Amino acid sequence: MDHFPTNWGRPRNDAFDAYGTYPIAQRPKNDAFSAGVQHTQQPIVTGTSVLAIKYKDGIMMAADNLASYGSLARFKDIQRLHAVGDNTVIGAGGDMSDFQYIQTILDELMIDEFTSGDHQTLGPAEIHEYLSQIMYARRSKMNPLWNSLLVGGFKDGQRFLAYVDLLGTTYSASTLATGYGSYIAQPLLRKAVEGYEDVLTEEEALKIIENSMRVLYYRDARSLNKYQVATITEKGVTISESRQLETSWSFAEGIRGYGAQTQ
Amino acid sequence: MTSIGTGYDLSASTYSPDGRIFQVEYANKAVENSGTAIGLRVKDGIVLAVEKLVHSKLLVPNANRRIQTIDRHIGLATAGLLADGRHLSNRARDEASNYRETYNSPPPLKAVADRLGLYVQAYTLYSSVRPFGISTILGAVDNSGPSLYVVEPSGVFFGYNGAAVGKGRQLAKTELEKLKLSELSTREAVIEAARIIYLVHDDAKEKDFELEMSWIGDDSGGLHVPVPKDLFDEAEAKAKAALENFE
Amino acid sequence: MPDMVSIAQPIQQSFNPYTENGGTILAIAGADFSVIAGDTRQSEGYNIQTRYAPKVFRLTDKAVLAVNGFAADGNMFVKKVRQRLEWYRHAHAKDMPIRAIARLIQTMLYARRFFPYYVYNILGGIEEDGTGAVYSFDPVGSYEREACRAAGAAQSLVQPFLDNQIYFKNQTPAPGTSFPAHLPLQTVLSLVIDSFTSATERHIEVGDGLEIYVVVAKGSTSAQGLQNLRGVQELTATDDGERVFVVRRELKKD
Repeated sequence: MDHFPTNWGRPRNDAFDAYGTYPIAQRPKNDAFSAGVQHTQQPIVTGTSVLAIKYKDGIMMAADNLASYGSLARFKDIQRLHAVGDNTVIGAGGDMSDFQYIQTILDELMIDEFTSGDHQTLGPAEIHEYLSQIMYARRSKMNPLWNSLLVGGFKDGQRFLAYVDLLGTTYSASTLATGYGSYIAQPLLRKAVEGYEDVLTEEEALKIIENSMRVLYYRDARSLNKYQVATITEKGVTISESRQLETSWSFAEGIRGYGAQTQ
Repeated sequence: MTSIGTGYDLSASTYSPDGRIFQVEYANKAVENSGTAIGLRVKDGIVLAVEKLVHSKLLVPNANRRIQTIDRHIGLATAGLLADGRHLSNRARDEASNYRETYNSPPPLKAVADRLGLYVQAYTLYSSVRPFGISTILGAVDNSGPSLYVVEPSGVFFGYNGAAVGKGRQLAKTELEKLKLSELSTREAVIEAARIIYLVHDDAKEKDFELEMSWIGDDSGGLHVPVPKDLFDEAEAKAKAALENFE
Repeated sequence: MPDMVSIAQPIQQSFNPYTENGGTILAIAGADFSVIAGDTRQSEGYNIQTRYAPKVFRLTDKAVLAVNGFAADGNMFVKKVRQRLEWYRHAHAKDMPIRAIARLIQTMLYARRFFPYYVYNILGGIEEDGTGAVYSFDPVGSYEREACRAAGAAQSLVQPFLDNQIYFKNQTPAPGTSFPAHLPLQTVLSLVIDSFTSATERHIEVGDGLEIYVVVAKGSTSAQGLQNLRGVQELTATDDGERVFVVRRELKKD
């Protein structure tokens, strides 16, 4: 996962095809089709990583409150976690306007389900499948919703955690991270969670999440020390108020060329 | 039925010489033949109740509901042709959804009632269509508090504190007038609503009926949902008891 | 120098609807059975997205499909194939024969000739005549029936091995003997497991888990050896014909 949302969906530089297995011709940039309707877009106001883990009682998810405009920290009180019904939370990185559009279609979906009055409710698995179909359909129209999303939930005694992105790629695992978090936080999360999914308490899970968010804040230039944590358990969904990260920058003083020079 | 045979009752687009539209009046007859539906606007919420006449013992219990949900906070009860009620509730859902899309906020009931009034009225203008054979009670708790409207086959709609449509409306209205609706809690209103439906039901003439009740209020978290089973059972039991004392 | 394609280009304006999710699949046909296998790692670049994302899917009691390439396309393709097979069942009250599934897959792939499903498909199972079959496809629907095929990230590692061990390429039989046309199930399973452990060693996109599907013809004795195999599970839905098993094994996770 490339952590620069502007690069998402673009060809990878490291995809040197040593075995010549790519039969797909790259269409020339200025061929006969280029004058037609072009949906080509790029993300404008972007959010960075979202993290989520499984723990004993359910799912815990976190994202900071920053929406960047390129390298400008443009909006510092953006909500990137969103509850869908009573059993599901979605978290988004990538284009924030696309994410807000996704929120409105999901809210509409939930109202349609509620008014149908059949006493059936959509759980996290259904919402993830629905989202996947939308994301894949939009990529197939060459007009993607420029996000990578985590879907976490708890329903009928079952935990659910899965990923979907602008290409319609999906997967599920006991720890997930989008964007820069897939490089920095994912290894930390895997080490702390894999094999302990059924024993980690909420306090322990929170510690793991908090620590990962702190490391991300130290290393990700497009992140903020203000973030929210969502838990989804048997009792339902809670999304916390924004909280601050405790960080210490005193070590910087000791770095040559940064702190006060001693020599 | 002096209108029959005069030729002025064949189309909704034809007035009679004294300025009436008989097709609309016939639509009202369809409503009058239907089981009673009532709505109560009380202190902190709304209660809807319907006397659903069961035409056959072969019907699945609780099938063919006449109370429907329009939006999270809006409920609708109809008296008249069942299929017309379904159609109008679908239209109401579209209107509510449209309002949300345009204004990104839950629709006030007034806005939905207004649009539904226009829609129903349009069916009184053309010879190619038949007016709706239903009266619709709309209830909601929106940002202005509880509100209750009735849309009639002519397309007119009024706001009410207590509303009754269908076969037993006269008796129901008399009963509603006795209540101090503005002082009632939603919970108390459920008991009263059940009592009134049982009271207006004429078991000499009609066969079985099912009581259908929904509410919107603090107890339902502002959502339009069926009355919870325990309260429903309590209300139904009290209604039956009250009926015996009455007789 | 062979024609090696580099995808690296100057920063491109347009959106690229494809990616490559790694992993490898293979299938081998026996006389009266077919083995279809794939690893369960899903990756993008140097990132492991998940250690368990199935690439091999039971379609019917006599057909198993392995998909490899762009995972989103793969999942959507399997979904659509399954839908068509369900419609076939509703219309004809029986499962579609495997050669018909193969042609169906070619038609569905070619329908997207100018916006392909970026997926390599391998279909394994039992023909109507009871023989084991493997069909392999390219992303736009070219296909043929073969005895064995590997595809995906480690195709170039595994296929030569299979050519040598299944087709006995570059081997000469001992004087007075000849190579068998078909190998027994035990041998094939060993070859599959060896193929994947080796590919896991040498290819970074292969590993984590292995799922081996075995489809056995009606009344075949091959099924007997399977029952007490470690990690085996029977998936057969009907009791009047072919049987489907899956064997799950761990692969190295590094």
